[in-house]
Amino acid sequence: MYDAAIIGGGVTGCMIARELSRYDIKVILLEKEEDVACGTSKANSAVIHAGFDAKPGTWKAKMNVRGNVLFPGICEELDVPYINNGSLVVAVEEGEIKILEKLLNQGRVNGVPGLEIIGHDELMKMEPHLNPMSKAALYAPTAGIVCPYEFTIALAENAAINGVEFRFNSPVIKIVVEDGAFIVNTPYEFVKARYIINAAGLFSDEISKMAGAEEYTVTPRKGEYLIFDKKFGYLIKKVIFPTPSEISKGILVCPTVDGNIFIGPNSNDIKDKTDVSVTREGIEEIIEGGRKLVPELPLSGVITSFAGLRAVSNTNDFIIEASRKVKGFVNVGGIQSPGFTSAPAIAETVVEILKEEGMDLREKQNFVPTRPRKYRFREMDNLTRQKLIEENPAFGHVICRCETVTEAEIVDAIRRPLGAKSLDGIKRRTRAGMGRCQGGFCSSRVLSILARELKIDPRQVTKCGPGSEILKGGYKEFIAEKDMDEYLNTVEVESLSWKGGAADAL
Amino acid sequence: MLYKDLVIIGGGPAGLAAALEAAEQGVKDVMIVERDSGLGGILQQCIHNGFGLHVFKEELTGPEYAQRFIDRLENTGIEVLLDTMVIEITQDKRIFAVNSKKGVLEIQAKAVILAMGCRERTRGALNIPGFRPAGIFTAGTAQRYVNIEGYMPGKEIVILGSGDIGLIMARRFTLEGARVKCVLEIMPYSNGLTRNVVQCLEDYGIPLRLSHTVIEIHGKKRVEGVTVAKVDENLKPILSTAEFIPCDTLLLSVGLIPENELTKMTGADFDANTQGPMVNQWMETSCEGIFACGNVLHVHDLVDFVTMEAKLAARGAARYLKEKDGAYRQMSVIAGEGLRYVLPHAVGVEKMLDEKQNFFMRSTRPMKKAKLAIESENGTIKTKMLSYVKPSEMINIELGKSEISKAAGHLKFILQEEGASDE
Amino acid sequence: MSDKRNVTCIICPVGCRIEVEIENGNILNLSGYRCRRGLQYAKDEVTSPKRILTTTVRLKAEAAHVLPVRTRAPIPKSKLKEAMQELKNVSVAAPVNMGDIVLKDVAGTGVDVIASRNWS
Repeated sequence: MYDAAIIGGGVTGCMIARELSRYDIKVILLEKEEDVACGTSKANSAVIHAGFDAKPGTWKAKMNVRGNVLFPGICEELDVPYINNGSLVVAVEEGEIKILEKLLNQGRVNGVPGLEIIGHDELMKMEPHLNPMSKAALYAPTAGIVCPYEFTIALAENAAINGVEFRFNSPVIKIVVEDGAFIVNTPYEFVKARYIINAAGLFSDEISKMAGAEEYTVTPRKGEYLIFDKKFGYLIKKVIFPTPSEISKGILVCPTVDGNIFIGPNSNDIKDKTDVSVTREGIEEIIEGGRKLVPELPLSGVITSFAGLRAVSNTNDFIIEASRKVKGFVNVGGIQSPGFTSAPAIAETVVEILKEEGMDLREKQNFVPTRPRKYRFREMDNLTRQKLIEENPAFGHVICRCETVTEAEIVDAIRRPLGAKSLDGIKRRTRAGMGRCQGGFCSSRVLSILARELKIDPRQVTKCGPGSEILKGGYKEFIAEKDMDEYLNTVEVESLSWKGGAADAL
Repeated sequence: MLYKDLVIIGGGPAGLAAALEAAEQGVKDVMIVERDSGLGGILQQCIHNGFGLHVFKEELTGPEYAQRFIDRLENTGIEVLLDTMVIEITQDKRIFAVNSKKGVLEIQAKAVILAMGCRERTRGALNIPGFRPAGIFTAGTAQRYVNIEGYMPGKEIVILGSGDIGLIMARRFTLEGARVKCVLEIMPYSNGLTRNVVQCLEDYGIPLRLSHTVIEIHGKKRVEGVTVAKVDENLKPILSTAEFIPCDTLLLSVGLIPENELTKMTGADFDANTQGPMVNQWMETSCEGIFACGNVLHVHDLVDFVTMEAKLAARGAARYLKEKDGAYRQMSVIAGEGLRYVLPHAVGVEKMLDEKQNFFMRSTRPMKKAKLAIESENGTIKTKMLSYVKPSEMINIELGKSEISKAAGHLKFILQEEGASDE
Repeated sequence: MSDKRNVTCIICPVGCRIEVEIENGNILNLSGYRCRRGLQYAKDEVTSPKRILTTTVRLKAEAAHVLPVRTRAPIPKSKLKEAMQELKNVSVAAPVNMGDIVLKDVAGTGVDVIASRNWS
């Protein structure tokens, strides 16, 4: 019997897992995907917001401001790159300055330190590539950026070291209350737990309903993004927001901790909670939005696009509360922006709620606040590199040339606690395949290493879990399966290589 | 620290030809640094025939073409470092590389030839809407799976882009029992060699759909199909022509980009059209003593021309090591109307290696009949009639010393279509 | 009953589209060619098209790797499928030298399949 079962391995679930791993209790985390950070947590802006956006008094406001304070320390402990680069909300039109003032006041009420409105000249000095028409901006020095999946993975690794059990490919299909405890069914097992923390993101409404707890709805709100090549990283240094609308902070231009720039997200309510497709209209919309702030953004510099879904609850605020209907069931739902920033504060709150609900929480003596050493060959100096290669020759074998990732780092990513099991798992842990060639060079090499380390056939290696196998067949496997004659006859084709066909030339 | 006269980065066709030619020119201390475990570069996975018609006057496969050069390395004294990745190069020709055996190597070279080749354009560069499932490969990556590792990355395949690798892979997949449903090309003409369109597509009845592109990728875990549509003259999809094609794999053959991460570290000047460094008549970049050849310089369609260019670079490097005067730029070469680029970017008649100089160029569009004019400040130097020029087929023009010496100020190449409307 | 076939000539970059009229395997008429070489090419293409087959065979080696091979000479197009089926079960032990015969007389064509590279 577990003391607590956390449903959902996003940043919220993993942060709660890490907080609970400080105490002498048995905790399990159930995740429907093959890895942590596979939903909203991997595809968001990853901005550590200062906290001026949310209305005073809301969960969002409280959690954001507190989360912003806690973030740097956690990143430090877990060796996760965090850059406190500050943010700017830019007024391009004169009329928008009023909005800046409103945000400034709101931020002060929320307790955000250091906010100020700066004028055109100072703004352009700060960010010379901004739209020269920009009138003024709200500068928030406490804002920062982080890598969202690396942060989430680090939390999970740390929780795992401290005894939290993780189950992957384990969607919750049924929850039964029996003798004051829960029995949670996944396709593989029955998990018995005294408390359930529902951090199921987009699906938290369904989980709450499944347990007979309070009913609410979560609507997926899609946001699309484009990522630019590192060579355009010089364009901006801070997080650049437009003035916000009622439902969204707008399309921002933002650096990543790895030196790229992204633009996005737009904001569209959709129905399908798994629809992370990028649309043509969406791409056009975010390009237009991004260029409003930074007109020089080069379209040819885009290396990839992606979409993420925000989990928007019908209360339009976070839901962080113990169920009044089902004892021991805690809902942590509707964690949309600024959810990522808020995660540390949400986890603190959840611990308090669990105490109130009667959970016996005694701190462990042997809690380990760190995770195993993380190697980043590309950031090392040559002396360190030399020493590492002498210790382990696999550090001398560069697998991903764009991001300079070595074989040793890929093997480490597989062997670490909650190690990578797929190409995406490797990518999110090492950046192999995330550079400008997008895995063109390294993916087949990473695939071989995965097969070797996991002792599986290369055909079983996936991109992101079952059903996403990279290879369709083995050596000459498709030969003689069908009659090739139909293809071997010379058939008239639509056209020739040369416009209009060569016959026209006569 | 190691000291070398000439370091060649990359052991593919360009690097091999450059190394051998340099040795032949009397350069004693030559080293090839190659990141893979063997030499030959991309040729080792280009197992099809069609290589060497110009250089060897016979038709070879890629591995055979490479093997001819590899065999010649013996007894030349050329040093080869395999499994070694160059991670940094400075303007003063200091190279940092890593491998498993020696760790971080620091090499000071007197001259460098860059021969790193190119990489493939990816889906991101095209911004194709839809999901991001397994089953999307660049043609070259798929080629490696099939031809080197012996796996089949797909069974029901749609190919986007009619670049040569895509056409070649259409045939390869078909022979290996997979089904290639069609090849889509956004332009109104193919980007591959005619021979490949005929022998790789027509032979197997694979439709080539010109002026078509993929507008959406379907499938959350693995590709389940693509939506394709015709494009208008501005290459914008005509949504009313959208059509769903079920498939498990989308292959991209949408262009190659010179791989110049290292070149950029040297601070060399770049040509925005080739996306490679600017070179003079010796294939020397704007950094003295640093030369470039092959696909790192501009993307070639025939390996034979890579070999020719590499030899030129090697002779340039040999000359530089002897004469010590580099970064020479007497007269600039300009790509005028009708041409995307012309190489080399600068030339000077006093310091030519031979009595003639080769110029490589690509047209901006297909032309049935075209007049190539070479002009300078004091008038037209030469004109030449060309037939059937295509952007996908590189044009190679030779100018004699006497012709170049007639020019003043610059050499401007102009390609004009002749009698375009009368046929 | 005569049948019409289109052949795209690949001898030179012009790429003539040659129309061939055939009846019972005999060529009745050819049109659209511009030179003798094109005429011959179209005739061969219609009566006995041949291709060099390039593919891979299994390599008995440590690393996951296949060996590139080719037919020494062009073989009839109609035999490509049979040749691929025969080659499916061929495997070669290292060391191999370029030009080594991997399979003799593939698909009864009289043509050998040879290795395209060295492998040690």
